[in-house]
Amino acid sequence: MLRDLRPAVVLVALFTLLTGLAYPLAVTGLAQFVATNQANGSLIWREGKVVGSALIGQSFASDRYFHGRPSATSAADPADASKTIDAPYNAAASAGSNLGPTSAKLAARVKADLAAWRAGGGVGQVPADAVTTSASGLDPDISPANALSQVARVAKARGFDAGDVRTLVEASTARRFLGVIGEPRVNVLELNLALDGLQQPRPSAAIKSDLEPK
Amino acid sequence: MNLAGWSEIALTLALVAALAIPISALIARIFAGQDTFLSPALAPVERAFFRLAGVDPHKEQSWLGYTTAMLTFSAVGFVSLYALQRLQNHLPLNPVGFDAIAPDLAFNTSVSFVTNTNWQNYSGESTMSHLTQMLGLTVHNFLSAATGLAMAFALVRGFTRSSVTTVGNFWIDMTRITLHVLLPLSVVFAFVLVALGVPQTLQGSIDATTLEGAKQVISIGPVASQEAIKELGTNGGGFFNANSAHPFENPGAWSDLLEIVALLLIPVASVFAFGRAVGDPKQARAILASMAIFLVAGVGAVYAAETYGNPILKTLGVDSSAGNMEGKEVRFGQAMSALFATGTSGTSTGAVNTMHDSLTPLGGLVPMFNLLAGCIWPGGVGAGLYGFLVVAIIAVFVAGLMVGRTPEYLGKKIEAREMKLAMLAVLIYPLVVLGFTSASVLLKTALDSLNNTGPHGLSELLYAYASTSANNGSAFAGLNGATLWFNTTLGLAMLVGRFACVIPVLALAGALAAKKKVPASAGTFPTDGPLFVGLLFGVIVILYLLQYFPALSLGPIVEHFLMLDGKTF
Repeated sequence: MLRDLRPAVVLVALFTLLTGLAYPLAVTGLAQFVATNQANGSLIWREGKVVGSALIGQSFASDRYFHGRPSATSAADPADASKTIDAPYNAAASAGSNLGPTSAKLAARVKADLAAWRAGGGVGQVPADAVTTSASGLDPDISPANALSQVARVAKARGFDAGDVRTLVEASTARRFLGVIGEPRVNVLELNLALDGLQQPRPSAAIKSDLEPK
Repeated sequence: MNLAGWSEIALTLALVAALAIPISALIARIFAGQDTFLSPALAPVERAFFRLAGVDPHKEQSWLGYTTAMLTFSAVGFVSLYALQRLQNHLPLNPVGFDAIAPDLAFNTSVSFVTNTNWQNYSGESTMSHLTQMLGLTVHNFLSAATGLAMAFALVRGFTRSSVTTVGNFWIDMTRITLHVLLPLSVVFAFVLVALGVPQTLQGSIDATTLEGAKQVISIGPVASQEAIKELGTNGGGFFNANSAHPFENPGAWSDLLEIVALLLIPVASVFAFGRAVGDPKQARAILASMAIFLVAGVGAVYAAETYGNPILKTLGVDSSAGNMEGKEVRFGQAMSALFATGTSGTSTGAVNTMHDSLTPLGGLVPMFNLLAGCIWPGGVGAGLYGFLVVAIIAVFVAGLMVGRTPEYLGKKIEAREMKLAMLAVLIYPLVVLGFTSASVLLKTALDSLNNTGPHGLSELLYAYASTSANNGSAFAGLNGATLWFNTTLGLAMLVGRFACVIPVLALAGALAAKKKVPASAGTFPTDGPLFVGLLFGVIVILYLLQYFPALSLGPIVEHFLMLDGKTF
């Protein structure tokens, strides 16, 4: 064992420098240079301010916006740091609900979210993603069915023509690549930004988004 | 289930096979001590490393020497990682200002990364400084994977060599695997991930003002470099708590597909490389065929169960056409969530793009069974190959018993000593998994950690010990493992799962290398055809499924029937 100590210590040290320092720093340096936008989190800017990341969902409560999926993330309770409170889309503490299929808590939560969806004008069966929490709590997307089920509410709250809003949803829907890769989905933040753009005179000048074209 | 989903699964697996062939050639050259296409650049680095470390590049080790080198190396890795976590508040690159990690959690995490398990009782983005993530966790993602493959090299040498006392040199194997295979592949993959949207920055977090005017703090960091080796090294320890479900670790369908390819790539390539090393690709194909049967059947079962969804939610008025979406991301869908869950548990990766705790009972049963079998289709880097070769030895022994001949595998007679060592390597698992699970069921402090009650609570416990002893690291993550009981016992399960398995495997390598090769005769049981594939299948079912069947029936199986009945807990 003692004979092995020198190679063990030296190799752990050398590989720490190589794979722990040189490797991530070299990748960081080059990534910052060749793919600045992605390397820094695919941020979206509006009027000089960061409004979020194209990849990270955010919480929407107003009727004027499309809502993302329920989120199970939480945050430390400001009143008592040893407890946590619900904080949907807390992008500093990703988490799923981890509720199993036979959980009574799950059934109760779905029931409440379903009632809220009906109150918002939803009819018939609710799209599954509208009443389930995602794995990360930060899912940026919703299903096209979920988006379409919210069109009437959003159009009414904004006084828009429902047909225009529906067209916007359809234009914002990403489809499968070659009919195989990926799932049909709508990025909620981007859809809502486009929605805000509908009432602004020059949306293309107001929104500076350096996203790659979809 | 739909055609697009199955096509996506088939395409991913085809890509694994296509990439594994050239990588297997690279691995075979390192196994044989030959130069690779990277040698012009890397040979001087190797020489410098060996000179500084005092390693004689021409000297080989006995199985015992190989074992002590590996153990010493792991021990030094453990100590350095432990120290780094305990001192991170005094060290640089801690932009958010995290505290030192508590002793029991630091013990658990150090064991976890040194044993290639990457079980995480912490949330990366709210616990670990960038320095700890880079210098500690990323480094051991490389080294624990290289160690795994080195041990597989030693066992394969037991078959390829004849009447010798040495099985290779651990320092040389580990160094060359890291330099020639893991590091170059990681660099390439890290850039692909950045291009697809995975961040790579030294910033700690970003403050955004949402459209509704709220403040959103977004954690960020050098994610891509860790993500790349996390999958390629079948490690699975995520930068973020949500692991590969987090949009920064896995932004879309392409990154998802490529991450699945990456976590299957080296294990599959190692089996092809084994075929090259023993000079008979048909032997490797028989092993791969048995692995593929379990893997593909598992994907089908998870895909079907998750698409069917949760009848309890259907009754409430939820549209069932999208399947069970609790704990899943919209961008991955059911097919690629099923493939990820099966692949991550069929290897020892343990990364997740879907929360396994929220899978339907039968959907969760598949990854659980994969863990209980020791993650061997196609297994962790190296660990899958040596794990499966042990099963193959048991299979030829069973065949030998049936026809009354001394069993042989690849020209080596399998006798009492080899069988004892092979059985030692597999029997330790039920002891650890069932022992600790039973103890936890009886302890109030353990039961307080459960997130779900009823049969699902038992599943959370069983999954935790199956995952850690198989060095996988995925979790039914509702279980709060950051308690003294779980930090300690899960840490022990990881140690036993790695070392109590690999020491008999290395002893087996030594015993086999010392034997003469016997030429195949008319009475030799062929180990390269469908008959052997069937035998392997049977041995695995008897060895793993039956011994855990009582535990599984009290967990996921009974939960399935209760769910159909609409019962909740």
